[in-house]
Amino acid sequence: MSYLSHADLGGRDRQGRVVPEPEGELFHAAWQRRALALTLAMGATGVWSIDMSRRARETLPDYRSLSYYEIWIKALEKLVIEHDLVDAAEIAAARMLRPARPVPRVLRAAEVPAVLSTGSPTQRPAGTTARFVTGQQVRTRAGEMGHHTRLPGYARGKTGRIERLHGVHVFADTHAHGSGEQPQWLYTVAFTARELWGEDASPSLTVSIDAWEPYLEPVA
Amino acid sequence: MGHPPTYDHAESSELGEMDLRVRSLQTLLTAKGYIDPAALDVLIETYETRIGPRNGARVVARAWTDAVFRKWLLQDATAAIASLGYAGRQGENMVALENTDSRHNIVVCTLCSCYPWPVLGLPPTWYKSAPYRARAVKDPRAVLAEFGVTLPDSIEIRVWDSTAEVRYLVIPQRPAGTESWSEEQLASLVTRDSMIGTGLAKSPGDRA
Repeated sequence: MSYLSHADLGGRDRQGRVVPEPEGELFHAAWQRRALALTLAMGATGVWSIDMSRRARETLPDYRSLSYYEIWIKALEKLVIEHDLVDAAEIAAARMLRPARPVPRVLRAAEVPAVLSTGSPTQRPAGTTARFVTGQQVRTRAGEMGHHTRLPGYARGKTGRIERLHGVHVFADTHAHGSGEQPQWLYTVAFTARELWGEDASPSLTVSIDAWEPYLEPVA
Repeated sequence: MGHPPTYDHAESSELGEMDLRVRSLQTLLTAKGYIDPAALDVLIETYETRIGPRNGARVVARAWTDAVFRKWLLQDATAAIASLGYAGRQGENMVALENTDSRHNIVVCTLCSCYPWPVLGLPPTWYKSAPYRARAVKDPRAVLAEFGVTLPDSIEIRVWDSTAEVRYLVIPQRPAGTESWSEEQLASLVTRDSMIGTGLAKSPGDRA
């Protein structure tokens, strides 16, 4: 099974400088405001999850050449087609050619504050005991995953230390593919820079990821 | 993969096309009844005027002046932050990270753009850019230098990659010479970047 994410950027070389910007500068064109709002409003219909949105974005073949809100819009077009809310001919024609399908919810203006302040909590009741404890050494899975995952490439096959437990959360890897929430224990795992990047790395740098239990194995 | 896009180029060359494309999509989704156009306006207005880094600054200033709140924030950031009225989307599971004389925290999302919206609002363009996402986990001192921040080698740099639904807020160090300052005055020293970890809180002399 092959799955290619273009969004896993941690540790990649030959990137340019970071360009700071003033605090109030949120959008660089009027359409970007609309792109944000359309993405949030369609997300609120409940037809797909945030994990499915991330999957749609990171698999866009031209991801790396797009600005961020271009990624959002192209992924939104992909999602509405995939979920059969709209068809490609309607997008091309920019008008409705067949009736709408029912959606679980339409976000109304008056509901926006309440919907935003509730959010979409991912924590679920713990049905199992956590496999790992704080301070324990663990090794992350190595190699390709073959599906959407939140285990970054730079942290695969590495040994780290459990630093925090966050309870049981919806598992992005299955949720992104419509295979259910399958909640798993979530941990913060910290790695020395030398473990991640080699002997020349700074001894005063530590990097952590948040990792679901299936990403981890105990170190004997 | 080609060159990382420079933002201005991407915007100026795509502006007309993207403007048309987004308008068409909005028209279509409205005609289908999937969206309420009035809700779009409320969403934009919310993130342009109500949910932004001044919320986080208020949390930090409270932590600087109230030891009980600070302790609560470090133990259960979601609840402590909610007590000031900030909660919800992209801040459902908050963790606060305190900078000290020996440790400086930096937050990144190498996989997309995860960011604590209720306290910081929408992420800045650089936070979502390839250079920041690629380099923050490997050479954060070089990234900090691009923000004009240089820290002694003796300070541990602690980078938090937001790879799940936990969202991080950095509590910068309180600047010297602010002992008599009110919470509101202190909040004015707390910059967005200082709560991501790419900056420090302003000094009293820097205050605009």
